[in-house]
Amino acid sequence: MLRSLLSDDLPRSRWLSLALLAIVIGLAVAPFAFPGAKSLNVAAKICVFIVLAASFDLLLGYTGIVSFAHTMFFGIGAYGIAIALTRMGVKGPGGGWEAIAIGVAAALVVAVALAALIGLFSLRVRTIFFAMITLAVASAFAILASQLSDLTGGEDGLNYRLPAVLRPSFSLSDGTLFGASLNGRLLDYYLVYAVSLVLVLGLLRIVNSPFGSVLMAIRENPFRAEAIGYRTVVYRTLASCIAAAVAALAGALLALWSSQASPDTTLSFDIMVDILLMVVIGGMGTIYGAALGAVLLVFAQNYLQDLLAVLNKAMAGVPVLANLFHPDRWLLWLGVAFILCVYFFPTGIVGRLRQKR
Amino acid sequence: MKRDLLPWLLVPLVIVAALPLVGSAASWVTLTVAGLAMGLMVFIMASGLTLTFGLMDVLNFGHGAFIAVGAFVAASVMLAMGSWMSADSLALNLAAIVPAILAAMVVSGVLGFAFERVIVRPVYGQHLKQILVTTGGLIVAEQLIKVVWGPEQITLTRPEALRGAFLLGDIAIEKYRVLAVVVGLVVFAALALTLNRTRIGLLIRAGVENGEMVESLGYRIRRLFVGVFVVGSALAGLGGAMWGLYQETVTAGIGGQVIVLVFIVIIIGGLGSVGGCFVGALLVGLTQNYIGFLEPKVALGSNILLMALVLMWRPQGLYPVARR
Repeated sequence: MLRSLLSDDLPRSRWLSLALLAIVIGLAVAPFAFPGAKSLNVAAKICVFIVLAASFDLLLGYTGIVSFAHTMFFGIGAYGIAIALTRMGVKGPGGGWEAIAIGVAAALVVAVALAALIGLFSLRVRTIFFAMITLAVASAFAILASQLSDLTGGEDGLNYRLPAVLRPSFSLSDGTLFGASLNGRLLDYYLVYAVSLVLVLGLLRIVNSPFGSVLMAIRENPFRAEAIGYRTVVYRTLASCIAAAVAALAGALLALWSSQASPDTTLSFDIMVDILLMVVIGGMGTIYGAALGAVLLVFAQNYLQDLLAVLNKAMAGVPVLANLFHPDRWLLWLGVAFILCVYFFPTGIVGRLRQKR
Repeated sequence: MKRDLLPWLLVPLVIVAALPLVGSAASWVTLTVAGLAMGLMVFIMASGLTLTFGLMDVLNFGHGAFIAVGAFVAASVMLAMGSWMSADSLALNLAAIVPAILAAMVVSGVLGFAFERVIVRPVYGQHLKQILVTTGGLIVAEQLIKVVWGPEQITLTRPEALRGAFLLGDIAIEKYRVLAVVVGLVVFAALALTLNRTRIGLLIRAGVENGEMVESLGYRIRRLFVGVFVVGSALAGLGGAMWGLYQETVTAGIGGQVIVLVFIVIIIGGLGSVGGCFVGALLVGLTQNYIGFLEPKVALGSNILLMALVLMWRPQGLYPVARR
């Protein structure tokens, strides 16, 4: 049962299994174990970014191509829901759910079409072309989104109302359970959690299918894969379409959780950097690595700053050192960790754990 | 060998084709000069990147860091010489700008040397790791800039002599843009002369065509490459300094903003080709300015569109480098 659920791709390391169990269970009980708005927000962000990082790993780790446009698809998903909910509202007969359905469907179509277009255009030549072209397209898209302010709300983004059952004001029952009130926010969280879990298991299924093996063959030796008879362009493009679709779904989840979409939270290059860090530090070429990396990075984003603030205080007198440990410089330390990872632990945390066992 | 001049003809073609679209001759001249100035500044930044790629198959995603460092170093030097900058004398203004730009080039060049040693050297020949590691280098460099210069943007006012415009009848040409065009052309001429008329240039061109053959003739292509990398970084610093003066503000994100243009230019030009990079930069600068005037909303996509059109015509760029 578990074996088939994980598509026969077991963690193969005691510590990794423990870590994954901790993540799955921890996220499942998060609303009750760590009550409070901030921790619930962190838990939901972790769910969304696990999906986003895992879909990016399908490209980077399994197919061996670097795309800088992954946040573009993430943003398309978020804006799909945001625009649909802003335009159609939650007053209709479907209570907003029909808007969500239309938004998701439209976002998926746009994301897959764009991914296919970019892929067919640039994956024919060399993968390094793909990296540069996706960077260019993604930056143009981000500027476009902030320019078309009639549709996207410009720099400020869109704020909209979620369907009634997902709002904090919706109450399941009057009481509280382990200190958490049973309201629409809780339902929203479990919606995000469940969809994320299904998507990650789906990605596991994909990478462990024959299709996934072809992708890995292309990663290892594209020339040979082509010689055996696989059209590498087609497979690479398909992989980037699937990754784009899943990223769009992750974006939709974020939009359903935060009830707002803005260029900063969905399209910016900073998020692209975050995803890269997650996948590389967690471990390229394993979906589990992406999950671990996402947890680590979201934690670092939210709590490493506090640690740095302590260090910063301790060195308040020293001019440059104090700046090095300024709470806003957490990315510096993760960037250094990223470079060290690429050199010394190319398989990331998961690779190390699996070696030891 | 037959020279392929078709891409070169594109530049005057675009300029002439824009005249009836823009309508008034005065704004057409202004836009053309603005486009050339922008294109040449991008060319200065892009030339080093395309050469290092051609020579060693190394694509440096951290190139933007050199641009940003150049801009910041130049800004600090110029701010330190505030009184000379605001003086109403060309000589004093230049006495502030020239050392600022030289400092920018030196610091960027030294940084390039360190970057090559620490970041790039261990990953020769591995594209995926190169992209990752140089992107990591960019992240760290951007944060270090914030550590040294603080997170706020620096406002930079152009010196008195370079403010304002030359007026020829009803045609206005900004002085700074003329300077940018002149510097860009000088850099291009210097690069072209070095590549085509000197022994080092001969080796570099041979290395781009076939590195193994050059090595087997007894030349150390690695050493050559380090030299090109350092010069390319210094040029990026020069470009960054000029871009900072052009925008009159300097932010840590400046490298990330410009690097997108730089990538589009070297893709259009054909990875590894300096001539292609020059033509590509001019095309990008011109079309962005013309379209920005005609249809401001489309201007952002115009570069992508231009790139798509060029790649449809020549899938490897305007001047594909042999063997790649």
